[in-house]
Parts: sequence; structure tokens; C-alpha cells
Amino acid sequence: MRREAAGAAVRGGLALLGLALLPWVLGGDFYVNLASQVLIYALLALSLNLLIGAAGLTSLGHAAYLGIAAYAAAWLTGNAGFGALPAALAALAIGTASAAVFGVLALRASGLGFLMITLALGQIVWGVAYRWVSLTGGDNGIRLADRPAVLGFDLGTPVAFYYFAAAVFALAFLFLRRLALSPLGACLRGTKEQPRRMAMLGHHVWMLRWIAFVLAGFWGSVAGLLYLYYHKFVSPQALSLQQSAEALLMVLLGGSSTLAGPVVGAAVITLVKNLVSSYVDRWLTLLGVIFVAVVVFMPQGIVPGLAGLLRRLRALRPERAGAAPPRAAAGHEAAP
Amino acid sequence: MERRTVLKGLAGAAAALAAPAVHAQPAPIRVGMLTVKTGPLASGGIQMENGLRIFLNDRGMRLAGRPVVLTVSDTGGVPAQARTKTQELVERERCQVLIGPLAAFEALAIDDYIRQAGVPIISSSAAAEDLTQRQPNPWFVRPVGTSAQCMHPFAEYAAKDLGYRRMSTIADDFAYGHEQCAGFQRSFEDNGGRIVQKLWPPLAVPDYGTYISQLKTNADGAFIGFAGSNGFRFVRQFNEYGLKGRLPLLGGMTAVDESILQQMGNDAIGIVSTNWYSAEIDNPANRRFVEQMRREHRQDPGYYSAGAHISGAVLEAALEAVDGRIEDKEAFMRALRTGRVEETVRGPIRFDQYGQSIGNVYIRRVERKDGRLVNSVIKVYPEVSQFWTYDPQEFLRNPVYSRNWPPARHLEN
Repeated sequence: MRREAAGAAVRGGLALLGLALLPWVLGGDFYVNLASQVLIYALLALSLNLLIGAAGLTSLGHAAYLGIAAYAAAWLTGNAGFGALPAALAALAIGTASAAVFGVLALRASGLGFLMITLALGQIVWGVAYRWVSLTGGDNGIRLADRPAVLGFDLGTPVAFYYFAAAVFALAFLFLRRLALSPLGACLRGTKEQPRRMAMLGHHVWMLRWIAFVLAGFWGSVAGLLYLYYHKFVSPQALSLQQSAEALLMVLLGGSSTLAGPVVGAAVITLVKNLVSSYVDRWLTLLGVIFVAVVVFMPQGIVPGLAGLLRRLRALRPERAGAAPPRAAAGHEAAP
Repeated sequence: MERRTVLKGLAGAAAALAAPAVHAQPAPIRVGMLTVKTGPLASGGIQMENGLRIFLNDRGMRLAGRPVVLTVSDTGGVPAQARTKTQELVERERCQVLIGPLAAFEALAIDDYIRQAGVPIISSSAAAEDLTQRQPNPWFVRPVGTSAQCMHPFAEYAAKDLGYRRMSTIADDFAYGHEQCAGFQRSFEDNGGRIVQKLWPPLAVPDYGTYISQLKTNADGAFIGFAGSNGFRFVRQFNEYGLKGRLPLLGGMTAVDESILQQMGNDAIGIVSTNWYSAEIDNPANRRFVEQMRREHRQDPGYYSAGAHISGAVLEAALEAVDGRIEDKEAFMRALRTGRVEETVRGPIRFDQYGQSIGNVYIRRVERKDGRLVNSVIKVYPEVSQFWTYDPQEFLRNPVYSRNWPPARHLEN
């Protein structure tokens, strides 16, 4: 058990080092900006995975929290004269509160019903952003005058913003990892696999799911703040069904049973959309082919699929045969 | 898959010039285009690219004596992606001037990056009013119209030449539709008319039946402000409901665009519309452009392809004014904004202090000519500014045109 923890700490340290060194490796503002975007979408996918991977609830309206927080922060700084920090805190509060309310509505059902209710709620939020022109600027959106300074650091340059996004992302990742290992995380997984048994054991299944929903909304709102600071602009596309579906695809592509999965999924989709599309005209088709390939060959997603492949390769090597059973590379929570 | 930087014609030009003095080839001018090639806006985006390529190929991929390298980027019609693509064009491809993007919300999403990076951008189709009004950007020029620029003279035409007094408006429920209708309403009511009904079908409404049945057939006419293929779908249903001939339709900039006109068939004949362009404009540049478009793409040029072509002409004029020295950004930008461009396919244009073009506005009627449907020009309003005859300062003090401004005082139920 201790070796396990030490291994995780080493991996975490390496990942942090990689995040910190990335701007030097990439060189060029364009790639640093791309990395920031990957982090923002990875955070959105991670927050959604709290519902999908942990609680087994598939949501099609998760971009709503990203959008609500981004709109709230942009509106409060632009129209209500809030400072950057109060606006950010208020935006997080508004995003989380809306998740609390939406959770009450959506958790009346699970499975397909839950999916449809979240879809409907997401569309309502989109409709408000699109139609309430005096508040949201309609499809022209709202602009943010400037990125805020955080602890005296100006986020104006691509590298500075990248480090800010990386710090927030690392914090979120650690939080979600801790959550996955905690009793609360274990209970959540219980409600996913055996809701009736969990209820019989005296757990409040609905409350557990609601907590997961609110936490997912909170981290989605954090992603929304990053989104706003990065783009300095928010329009209804940010909370459209397309955005929600894309977040869902990121989770499913990378693999919902691991924490690394949504991050990998977000990286693949963001890079195909923004980088590969410069070389391949039919990049949407390419994305489709990737999905189909993953579904056919790694139905659990890229990360669990590759981990499984690695395990089988190790098992083939004769000198390793009979050694301690190998662990899943990044999976902490789910048995394969 | 080929990288979309095209150096066509470069080899030929080099061979022709190679004879006497073998000077080093001047460094190419790097032009970036932001367009949409995937998703629902792709049809307009591809026309944009066609228009610009026709212009550049016509010049042998050389402007002001320097070769031109064109990089085309697909924004997917998504603001966030438009921003990344703009960064790519500027930071990675080192583009010195940008043309595009297609949609107003994309232009707004990249606006602040354009200011920060200080890269000249020629807007070939995005029509949002405030880009050259309440939030002007010093690096931005728009050789095409704002949403309402053509609507002001058009409404005057409706009130004075056609003698309409009571009109309905029906338009797509997004900023472009709102701004077109608002400009039309303001000018129409200032000319003694009354807008008695305003309808706003959603952008992706599957069926216009409920809206068409609400239209007041006792009005003098209906203004239709549709984009994309919506004009085509609306007019077809309008005729199916038997309203053709009972209620004249007046089209906004894209309601009967050349790109959808052939499919509209006889449904469209007789519709009067306005734009800063028509494929029927009779000047040498346009005759040549139309002939090339028909030959290469079997299509008449319309809003998007003409906008991109005009952007190319504006770029060429500015480059010639600075002898091709685009590296001096300030001088190039000044040339872009102050030059008068005589030979564009829409006729001569010049720019106001906000970077918005002042030029001809055409009133057109759909007719069948040599077996094809065309927008015949029936009246030209020369030198139309985005502020029309209003005082610019007073104009800018008002809120931007929207669903609710100017307020509709004459609605009848």
C-alpha cells in the first residue's frame, strides 16, 4: 500500500514537472495557447467525469456551468463594476448554485431520463443566453476588457496564462483524485453500481448523487472562468449543445473509469480541432474515424484500453511472468 | 493532403522574369484567410475562399510586384476555434494581413486579439454594426456593408419610389436579422412609413407556416431579412401558401442571394432586394469576375464570394500605395483605410474614419435572363455611408440596432 502511494506521488511529481516545463518544450506562443486550451477543456471533461465515471450519470448539459460562470463573470465586471476577484467568486457561486438547482430537477431520474433532463436544462440556458439580448448581447456575446492579475502576476502573456491554468488544473486534479480515494468517492461508485444495495445499507443515494452534481457544476464553473479569461469573450456557443456533447465525447474517448482518461480525450479532440484541421480539410471525418476506432478496439476508452494493452504485453514477457500482479497505469477507482 | 498554402503561378512568373536581371525574388506577402469549411456555415465559407482565390489567381498570385502566399484556415464557425485559428495564422504562419472571418460573432471573438497583435484585417462578410461604430478597431476595415447600411436607402426606396406606407418585417432571430430590420424600420418610418408587424422566426425553424399565416396580407409589403438558405425556404413556403402576388416581398442583403437564387426558381421572380453587390453590375472587373466564377464553379458570385473578391482588391490597392511594403504596418494600415479603390466588383469605394466602406448600394429585382435568374439592378444609390443621412455623432449616441431599438410604435394587432 505504501509503495502504491509512493508510486502515485512520483507519477504526480513527474506530471507536475511536465506541466511546468511544457512551455519550453513547445516554444512559440501559438502552442502554449493551445496547451492552455487543452487544460481548460480537460478541466471541463474532468468535472463532467465526476458525474459519468464516479456516479454513473451521463449528462448532456454540462457546458451550461461553463457558460453560466463565464457569462456571470463577464457581466459582473463589465456591467456591474465588480472587481476581478469578487466577480470570479460570485461567478463560481452562481455557477454552483445553478448546478444545485439543476441537480434537484435532473436527479428525479437516472439513466436516459437524467440525460434528457440535463439536455433540456442546457438548452434552456442556451436559449436564455441567445435570446435575452439586453443581458447577454445575444449571439454577439459579451467581452471581457482584460484578463485579471492574479497575486500581482499579469495573465496577459500566453505563458503567464498557461501557468495560471496549469495551477488551477493541478489543483482540480488533486481534488478529484482525493475525492475518488475518499469514502465519499467509494460511496458514489457504490451508487453507480449497486444503488439499491447502497440504499439498503443506509446511504442516501439521492444526496450522494446531488453532491456529485454540485461538485461537477463547481469545477465546470471553474473551467468557465478559465474559458472567459482565456478568450476574453463569451457567446452562446460556449454553452451550446455542441459544447456539452463535445465534453461528453472527451470523457468517453479518453475513458471514464480513470482520471487521466478525460484529460487525454480533451487533448485529442482539442488538438484535432485546432491543429490537425490546419493540415487535413476533412478533420471532422478524421475525428469520426478516431471515435469509431476507439469504440471498436478500446470500448472503455483510450487510457484504460492502452493500460490493458500494456498489461498484456508485460504478461507476455517470460522473465516477468509470475511477478506481482501489475497495477492499472492510471486507474485508481475501477477494477478493469 | 496538400498544405493549403498555394504558390500557384509563382513558378510561371519566376520563369518569365528570369531573363535579364536575375534579382532575388522579393519575399512573399503572407495573406491569411479565416473562413468556414465545416458545419452549417460551410457553404458561404467555401464561396468566400473561391472569391479570393479567383482574385489572386487573376493577378497571377502577385500583388504590387510581390508574390502572395495564401493560407486558408477553417474556423468551423465556432468563436473559440476562430480565435485559435487567428493566432495560428498570425503567430505560426506569420501572416501579415488577414481576410475574413465569415460570421459576426467570430469577428467579435477575435476583435481583442486583433488589437493586441496589431494585425490588419479586412472583413469580407461579417456585418455587425458595432465593429465599425461603437467599438471601432484601428486594425479593421470593412469593404462590404454593415447589416443596416443598405437598408437605409432601401427603406427610402420602398417609401418613396414604391409608395409603401404600411409594412411588415420578418427576419432571422439573431443579431444580423435584428440589425437589418432595425435599419429598415428607422429609415422607413423617417420617410413617413409605418412598420405594423415584426416577426422573428428562430434561425433554424423547420417550418415557416405559422409565421406566414400570421403575416398581414393587407400591408403594402413585407421586408424579409434572411441569411443562408432560409430565404429560399421561406419564399418557397410563402408561395405554397398562395401569397405570391398578394403581398410583395422586399429582400435584405442575403434573402435572394445569387448563391441560392438558381434553386429558388420562378418562386423568386419579381422580388426586389438590396445589397452592395449584384452579379449584374456592369463594370469590367465584375464582368470578368462573373465569367470566371461561372467557368470555374458553375455559380454566379454572391454576397460571400464578392465580399472576398472586393477584399482582395482593397488589399491590392493598399499594397500598391505603399509599393508592396507591407512590413511597415502603420503605413500599410493608413493606406488601407484612406485609399479610394476605384475598381472593385461593386464599383468604387472609400472608407470613413471608422474603417467602414462608403460606396454604391444597389436596388435589384429578380428576373430571368438568358435562362438564368439574376438580380437586375434597377436603382443605384451612390456614396452610401453606414450613417446614411444621419449625423454620425447622433447616430452613435443611440444604442446599437436590435430587436427592440428603434422601438416599434406602430404595431397593429
